[in-house]
Amino acid sequence: MKSLGSIRRDFAPWNDPSAKPYIQFDKVTKKFGDFTAVNNLSLTIFEREFFALLGASGCGKSTLLRMLAGFEEPTAGRILLDGQDLRGIPPYKRPVNMMFQSYALFPHMTVEKNIAFGLKQEGMPAPDIEKRVAEMLRLVKLEQFAKRKPHQLSGGQRQRVALARSVAKRPKVLLLDEPLGALDKKLREETQFELMDLQQELGLTFVVVTHDQEEAMTMADRIAIMDKGEVMQVATPAEIYEAPTSRFVAHFVGNVNMFEGKVAERAANTTRITGATGAQIVVENAADTAKGADIVFAIRPEKIKVSSRKPADAVNALEGEVYDVAYLGDMTVYHIKLDDGQMVRASALNAARVSEDPLTWNDRAWVSFRPDAGVVLTR
Amino acid sequence: MNATWSRFNISSIVLGFAFLYLPIVLLIVFSFNESKLVTVWGGFSTKWYVSLFHNQGLMDATWVTARVGVISATVATVLGTLAAITLTRYTRFKGRVLFSGMVFAPLVMPEVITGLSLLLLFVAIGLDRGFFTVTLAHITFTMCFVAVVVQSRLVSFDRSLEEAAMDLGAPPVKTFFQITLPVILPAIISGWMLAFTLSLDDLVIASFTSGPGATTLPMKIYSQVRLGVTPEINAACTILIAVVAIGVIIASIANKRREVQRQRDEQAAQRG
Amino acid sequence: MTNIAAAACSSAETAAQLPTRLAKGFVDRLVIIIPYLWLLFFFLVPFIIVFKISLSQTAISMPPYTPVLDFGDGISGLFAGFRELNFDNYTWLTQDALYFNAYVTSLIIAGISTVLTLIVGYPIAYGMARAPATIRPTLLMLVILPFWTSFLIRVYAWIGILKPEGLLNQVLLATGLISQPLVILNTYTAIFIGIVYSYLPFMVLPLYSSLEKMDYSLIEAAQDLGCPPIGAFWKITFPLSLPGVIAGCLLVFIPAVGEFVIPDLLGGSQTLMIGKTLWNEFFANRDWPVSSAVAVILLLVLTVPIMFFQQAQAKAQEQGK
Repeated sequence: MKSLGSIRRDFAPWNDPSAKPYIQFDKVTKKFGDFTAVNNLSLTIFEREFFALLGASGCGKSTLLRMLAGFEEPTAGRILLDGQDLRGIPPYKRPVNMMFQSYALFPHMTVEKNIAFGLKQEGMPAPDIEKRVAEMLRLVKLEQFAKRKPHQLSGGQRQRVALARSVAKRPKVLLLDEPLGALDKKLREETQFELMDLQQELGLTFVVVTHDQEEAMTMADRIAIMDKGEVMQVATPAEIYEAPTSRFVAHFVGNVNMFEGKVAERAANTTRITGATGAQIVVENAADTAKGADIVFAIRPEKIKVSSRKPADAVNALEGEVYDVAYLGDMTVYHIKLDDGQMVRASALNAARVSEDPLTWNDRAWVSFRPDAGVVLTR
Repeated sequence: MNATWSRFNISSIVLGFAFLYLPIVLLIVFSFNESKLVTVWGGFSTKWYVSLFHNQGLMDATWVTARVGVISATVATVLGTLAAITLTRYTRFKGRVLFSGMVFAPLVMPEVITGLSLLLLFVAIGLDRGFFTVTLAHITFTMCFVAVVVQSRLVSFDRSLEEAAMDLGAPPVKTFFQITLPVILPAIISGWMLAFTLSLDDLVIASFTSGPGATTLPMKIYSQVRLGVTPEINAACTILIAVVAIGVIIASIANKRREVQRQRDEQAAQRG
Repeated sequence: MTNIAAAACSSAETAAQLPTRLAKGFVDRLVIIIPYLWLLFFFLVPFIIVFKISLSQTAISMPPYTPVLDFGDGISGLFAGFRELNFDNYTWLTQDALYFNAYVTSLIIAGISTVLTLIVGYPIAYGMARAPATIRPTLLMLVILPFWTSFLIRVYAWIGILKPEGLLNQVLLATGLISQPLVILNTYTAIFIGIVYSYLPFMVLPLYSSLEKMDYSLIEAAQDLGCPPIGAFWKITFPLSLPGVIAGCLLVFIPAVGEFVIPDLLGGSQTLMIGKTLWNEFFANRDWPVSSAVAVILLLVLTVPIMFFQQAQAKAQEQGK
């Protein structure tokens, strides 16, 4: 069985036509004065999904989250949660909770009081609150910090208090605004997995906003890539990486080589492309292109093989010169300047300690790749 | 939800500012009143301004006030700046608690107490009351305000600027005059202006510490107000308000222009 | 061996640094000493003199008291003086109910005025802190501006408004809200209005600075957790603005207790406030020892709030760093 990426997904309601959508953005537009933050956006999120909104700052992802939380009302369109239209429902009556980027811990309350705050608002009896708070503290491993004030905690501890506070009410949906943004790299990696475990354990729907693609790739079931208030692509991390549908997405996630060109010839399975600078490339997966159309061929660096001699069996092989080499330990990155002037980035995993075919600056080199190694993009 | 909140906010600001400014506006309006009755409009006139300038007592008092203000504000600015430096930079010396107490207490000290105590000091040391004693008294109570203004700027001052200067070979005193002083200068200037207006404004302390021949403008206004409200006082007050307002406006325009210039420079620098 | 070498090294180092360090020490000392001495001589010493004179006899002369401690006589004079100290003036203060009433009235008036100023000032400060960031400096400027205009003038302006034939009554009569002019001038109401008006900026500024610092996402977080806006105000905003509330209240309360101009101009002759009593004792009765005693007691009454104020200031300074 073939699949994109190396993971087989059993949880995939988005592929099931009968699955009931949980959160629906229906043609939502949000304007601030003249500025359109979110533009006619539609999006469906399923129950128990870990959904990531990924984009650069100012792309509208936070506005989307704040509309879901109720801090902003859409200028047009509807937002449905479990079939209920959320319009006009104030934030304090919505069954969603948010973990703030700044954590927004109440500085004058202890950890305990912070976690209990939401429970008190819904009028939960005191003994139940106590039990729930203890449970939450256990969940985030902060039992011995219950009586501390936020300023007496480390960054990682504050993050966990914020998390505990936002899940204490067992919301239908947990919204996370850059949940790991303020943590250092090592802590961030640990916490990513903790968040995933927590989501599994509580069975909640998570919507996370992030600008960090690695974070989104690691944690999310699906990712929505956003740009200028619009969704560019919604797909699993593997699809986003291996089958981007636009130049923007291909560029935004990971590194990519782009060959501008025209469709020169179409066969049953393969398409031949003439690059703008003359290179001939044969590719698969270019079904919806017509002969003569302007296209871009996008290929990831690790799908390109670099060798000092032309590989005998390669369908696509282009010659050039080693322009730059960077040895990164686990892999080596080559910048090859093809003879037609195009620069190609290729990375090779250093699977063996000793290289059979070492290359260095200014060596002649060949780059080669399989016909199914890249994608043809029309937009 | 947000809309009603902001409507509440806007109306509280508008009402608050109306409350703050209406009396002042009315005062100014009625200084141009033809009628002698300050509260009945009898047509536009500037005759009270004319008679004001023929009121020799008032003119003398204005001159005294201006001199006291300039001298005391200048000395108070120097002393207050030193006090501010002491408070922010020397966190450990004998009697620091007493010192910070003496700086902060005059801010809230009822003026009658300050005035009385200074007068008794001057009497005890045999200093004749007059221009000099009022100036000394004003230096003392305004320097604390200067200290607070300058101190708040010094607290946010980036010490690494000084360290950089010393690292490049500037001795401490030179560092202070070439680096620290220019950076905190706006705070020092606003400290001076505050000291000047406080001196201009003071009735109680001046009444205690001044003597014959050194009647300040507030003292003069006060004695006339006690006799009854006249449009002439309104005119005097309007001029005083105008002087202060012009000073504040010039200062803020200068500030704004500097800011705009800086922004332009920054943009130009970014365009490269 | 190594210890001795290290000691030698460090002492050599000190010797080299000594001249600059001495110079720095001298300047440092000067920076501290000048304002220190000034405040000692013009702020602290006068209080001692006030205390001293409050213990001396009234006399009909110039100055109108018999000096008890004469600095001219040196140490022996000082000792002679201590023997003559008497507490008659304080006894006098306790015997005449006028003084006690004046203290109590002043405290009550200052207290009520402080609460009123807080009630008037909080919405203004809140509105300013929630205003768009671009207009906040302008609003701040507008709050400070009246403070730059004469206090006496601003109080004077209210006379024209509050008089029986003043503007307020004219407006109210014209609109038919009242049929008889209200008597406001020369009442306690006028004093409240005067204090609230004059001290409003002192309340608004510290409130504003504590409200403006507050992270708005805290309010959003409270609402997100199910707390309606009014609740979020009392549970989050107000407790977090408490430092500003305390600073503002002290800045209003302490000077208001000893206020002279406002009760004198707006309160009329009936009103009894201690600042005015002291003034009259001094200027009208020319009784310096008694007015000194009044000042000493007033200072004692205000010691606790002044200490609170200083602590709040020191704390704010710490947080500023």
